[in-house]
Amino acid sequence: MEGIVKQTSVPYRLELSNQDRDLLNAVQKDFPLHPQPFKVLSNQLGIPEQEIIERLNAFQQNNAISRFGAVFDHQRAGASTLAALAVPEHEIEHVAESINALKEVNHNYQREHEFNLWFVINACNQVEVDSVLTHIAAEFDYPLLDLPMAKGYHIDLGFPLW
Amino acid sequence: MGLKQSKQISKEALVKKVMAATQTGLPICDHPYQVIAEQVDTTEDELLDIMQDMTSQGLIRRIGLVPNHYALGYRFNLMTVWDVDDSEILRLGTQVGQLSFVSHCYQRPRKAPDWNFNLFAMVHGRSEDEVNRQVETIHQLLGSACGEMAQLNSVKILKKTGLRIRKD
Repeated sequence: MEGIVKQTSVPYRLELSNQDRDLLNAVQKDFPLHPQPFKVLSNQLGIPEQEIIERLNAFQQNNAISRFGAVFDHQRAGASTLAALAVPEHEIEHVAESINALKEVNHNYQREHEFNLWFVINACNQVEVDSVLTHIAAEFDYPLLDLPMAKGYHIDLGFPLW
Repeated sequence: MGLKQSKQISKEALVKKVMAATQTGLPICDHPYQVIAEQVDTTEDELLDIMQDMTSQGLIRRIGLVPNHYALGYRFNLMTVWDVDDSEILRLGTQVGQLSFVSHCYQRPRKAPDWNFNLFAMVHGRSEDEVNRQVETIHQLLGSACGEMAQLNSVKILKKTGLRIRKD
């Protein structure tokens, strides 16, 4: 079943020292816009620049980092919505496969609820988002929710590890 | 002529190139912005300027590292949804969004009669107990302004890809 990733795909749990945790928390946001950002962090954290670079590279190799870079405001960069379908249990995999095949869908989770398929649609503009929704509604005759963000109280700004 | 043309590339076009180059990630090295600048055909200084502008304008929400919470032991996450009084949601949503274990907190429209929840909060923890305590914390915070709630445990990740913005 291509595209289906079980949550158990990470086989082991990484242990973090307190210093590792401080380092990861320090670089979650406000990464310096400076020619030598790790030097700036080095001064802030009191850890040598090269050690920071080596450790973060090691974290990356150990799959402890999902992404390192710029996080964009999806709303400004285009249009998006959170959608949900209430799919009969035995149809889930088949429906998920069709939904996943849409390039505008970048997250799709099966959840424990009557609405059991939850996915995010991202496109360049609202017209495209609506046409994806129309396409899904035409293909599957199941209850469909369109839940665009009305207001963000905490929009993926990360959270501190503890 | 060639140089002149590259200088004249519109700012909008450069912003798109920068987005395409940085969404896959910054390299972890001495001069990460220099590496990206070379990819998008500009100078390190100009790249830093434009990324500063994009940040001030809110186009870049943050620059930094997104930990793989799952690999780091935060294996329990839960989408919680709440039916909060419309007159209280601004105040309470703001408070829920500030809880340290909440990674996403949004207000979304109700869709009667199927869906009466208007506040979404994603919580993360290292054990089921911890997550249950977090849910209880939100419940107490919302108090009598909250009617029903639901916990939408994830059974399976069916698709998860970073946002890709087309280059055109």
